[in-house]
Amino acid sequence: MSVSAGFRILLMNELSVVALLDDPVRRSLYDYVAVQSHAVSRNEAAQAVGIQRTLAAFHLDRLADAGLVDVTFRRPDGRSGPGAGRPAKLYQRATTEHQVSVPPRDYRSAAELLAEVVDVTGAEPQLQRSARNRGASAGRAARRQAPAEPDADLVTGALTAQGYQPYPDGTDIRLRNCPFDVLASRYPPLICGMNLALLEGLLDGAGVAALNASLDPRPGDCCVVLRESRDSKTNLD
Amino acid sequence: MNGYHLAQLNVGLARAATDSPVMAGFMAGIEPVNALADAEPGFVWRLQDGDGPGATALRPCGPDLMINMSVWESLDALRDFVYRNGPHLDFMRRRRDWFHRMPDDHLVLWWVPAGHVPGVDEGLSRLDLLRSQGPSPLAFTFHDPYDAPAEAAAIHRCTPAPLPATRSDHA
Repeated sequence: MSVSAGFRILLMNELSVVALLDDPVRRSLYDYVAVQSHAVSRNEAAQAVGIQRTLAAFHLDRLADAGLVDVTFRRPDGRSGPGAGRPAKLYQRATTEHQVSVPPRDYRSAAELLAEVVDVTGAEPQLQRSARNRGASAGRAARRQAPAEPDADLVTGALTAQGYQPYPDGTDIRLRNCPFDVLASRYPPLICGMNLALLEGLLDGAGVAALNASLDPRPGDCCVVLRESRDSKTNLD
Repeated sequence: MNGYHLAQLNVGLARAATDSPVMAGFMAGIEPVNALADAEPGFVWRLQDGDGPGATALRPCGPDLMINMSVWESLDALRDFVYRNGPHLDFMRRRRDWFHRMPDDHLVLWWVPAGHVPGVDEGLSRLDLLRSQGPSPLAFTFHDPYDAPAEAAAIHRCTPAPLPATRSDHA
């Protein structure tokens, strides 16, 4: 098999997986399941999306067959042994990544090489400066588009657009998805530091003084959390 | 849990003396971060001396090279602390402010029998081994980890799992 034929098969496999999300119902089910911190039952997903349970079950199983969501089985809390009923089928976002690029591009390999070089040469301070500038420029652009938008909405919108999947956690904004996951697990201080600088820059550029970015990793989440800054809290009190 | 714990040694070439303003952030952070390590699940032991916070006053490799050594119940326990503990990750993020990037490996991991407290010489010879021979079961890194000896042996063993005791209960 030629190299280009091998690539074509790989692309078609990835393409057919990603194409499953072209269906609007499946897409909204996936979007709901992907941002939850817990494994989701068929009932919960059906209610969240506003469809029948059997339809939700059908589409969730299609997503599971393609590997876009993982399946676990669990009995309701406190019930076990005979008579406890069938365990519920639960769904959560799979960690496997799927990429489709036409024509073929491979930015990940380039990024891994560049990260290694930054790591080896100790160029992290410069990486953090560049990341802060880039974040600030994204923050200024977001603010220009929506000058009157409340800070929290503006930030949530910008983070959603960049794939962070933000969700509220008390007064904090936490991020369900790390857009740099593969790199971050290989070079945590380097990539998490870069990510923190990007988000500090974003807040700064958007003129959002009420939120502070800091590192506070949690299992499954991005390593950065956005918290109300102490200064703004004093101002509000 | 097997009979082995994970030891780590890392060395850092400080940008300035410990009482210099350059190192102030590091020196101020070392005790709170060490306290977090002590409280972390899976923490076993860390090197300390009486003359400065943590092991900052120990200089077995010359006046500029600071060392740090600890023992953990597992590789995951150490990795969780180093990379998934917020304050420690933040400390790591700022390490270039305080330490030069060294051309050679600066961190080495190796397995020790549970209960064994590694000496500084032992740690430094493992670092030498890593630097001269590359990663091996005797001296490795986070990027190229090796299983503990007992775990590695278990993979090749074919003993079936013990049967549940219920049948003999009825006998």
